[in-house]
Amino acid sequence: MPEAFKFELVSPERLLVSEQVETVVIPGAEGEMTVMAHHAPVMTTIKPGVVTLRTAQGKEERYVVFGGFADIVPAGCTLLAESAVAVGDIDRADLARRIQEAREDAADAKDDQTRSKAEQFLNQLTTLEGALLPA
Amino acid sequence: MPSLKDLRNRIASVKATQKITKAMQMVAAAKLRRAQEAAEAARPYSERMGAVLANITQAIGGGGDAPALMTGTGKDDVHLLVVCTAERGLCGGFNSQIARFARDHIRKLLADGKQVKIICVGKKGFDILRRDYGALIIERVDLREVKTLGFVNADAIAKKVIHLFNEGGFDICTLFYSQFKSVISQIPTAQQIIPAGAPSAAAEVKDGGSAVYEYEPEPGEILSDLIPRNISVQVFRALLENAAGEMGAKMSAMDNATRNAGDMINKLSITYNRQRQAQITKELIEIISGAEAL
Repeated sequence: MPEAFKFELVSPERLLVSEQVETVVIPGAEGEMTVMAHHAPVMTTIKPGVVTLRTAQGKEERYVVFGGFADIVPAGCTLLAESAVAVGDIDRADLARRIQEAREDAADAKDDQTRSKAEQFLNQLTTLEGALLPA
Repeated sequence: MPSLKDLRNRIASVKATQKITKAMQMVAAAKLRRAQEAAEAARPYSERMGAVLANITQAIGGGGDAPALMTGTGKDDVHLLVVCTAERGLCGGFNSQIARFARDHIRKLLADGKQVKIICVGKKGFDILRRDYGALIIERVDLREVKTLGFVNADAIAKKVIHLFNEGGFDICTLFYSQFKSVISQIPTAQQIIPAGAPSAAAEVKDGGSAVYEYEPEPGEILSDLIPRNISVQVFRALLENAAGEMGAKMSAMDNATRNAGDMINKLSITYNRQRQAQITKELIEIISGAEAL
């Protein structure tokens, strides 16, 4: 059985999760990564996606996060999300609104750099929506 | 001398007012608790953010690739003041305190020959500042419709500020809000948010602060993502503190009002009773002297 470590999921409004977990899967900016105890110190930005965590009791919980960053040290992992909700509580309308906004951002972008950024964000959001729909 | 009927009406109206202020006080007390909870719930995020920011600045070592939001434009000619006040009155000196503080600041800046721009958050601050510095107000943010302050509200304000900065609209941005100290004391505070400056070294000695981090993507890129977010967090914190402060101020103001109404009712009742007694005495004297005359 893998060793447990401390994981915290914080959004600006409140502290969502603070408990001992075995593994956490984070949607990192450069690919998904699974964090376990004694991970080397890493700091990464995260893209919109699903965070999956397995608690020390063996329970699995899933949260949707919209951007943010993760601070990983051997002793634990802190995920600062711009906004986060449990997968069960996700509001379809809210997600649709975000996608709509991202689409507008992409359309309004003035230069190529911001446009590609906005389109990337839009892509991530639509993938996220796709991943959640059957859930 | 008011008649008995006038006095009776007066007492009834003061009693009605007292009921209203009492109710407002209780509402404010309930809202205060909620606002305080919200402020407390938001604390972990801003604390962690501070620690991470300190960590990453240390890693970059103040190199040339620090974003402009952090280092500033190198000038201090144009100042942007974001003045956060409440949407509603009836909360004692809460709004005027912040407005006065901001006004002193503006006067000093203008005397130094700086250019000043103002963004008003909240209706009351706008109403007060409009009188003297209406021409300087470039924007007003209305939060009247907002029931519970969310991060999105703060984020919208921060985005506006950052957008303005990127267009070269100002050099230094200062946030004005009221720090919530206790129910009876709120301290007007000015906080510079752009340029952010390097966070103090005290925050970085926490656990793992000295560890060698790997960064994904590059530290510079993370930092340029982090700083706008940090500004939003600062604004959010200011708004929450303000909300708690407003409710605290309202609570004590309404408590005062209720007590004043009570005093007034007492005084009026004494006058009323005295006058009623005087009238009875007068009538008695009239009857007795009438009987004696027979």
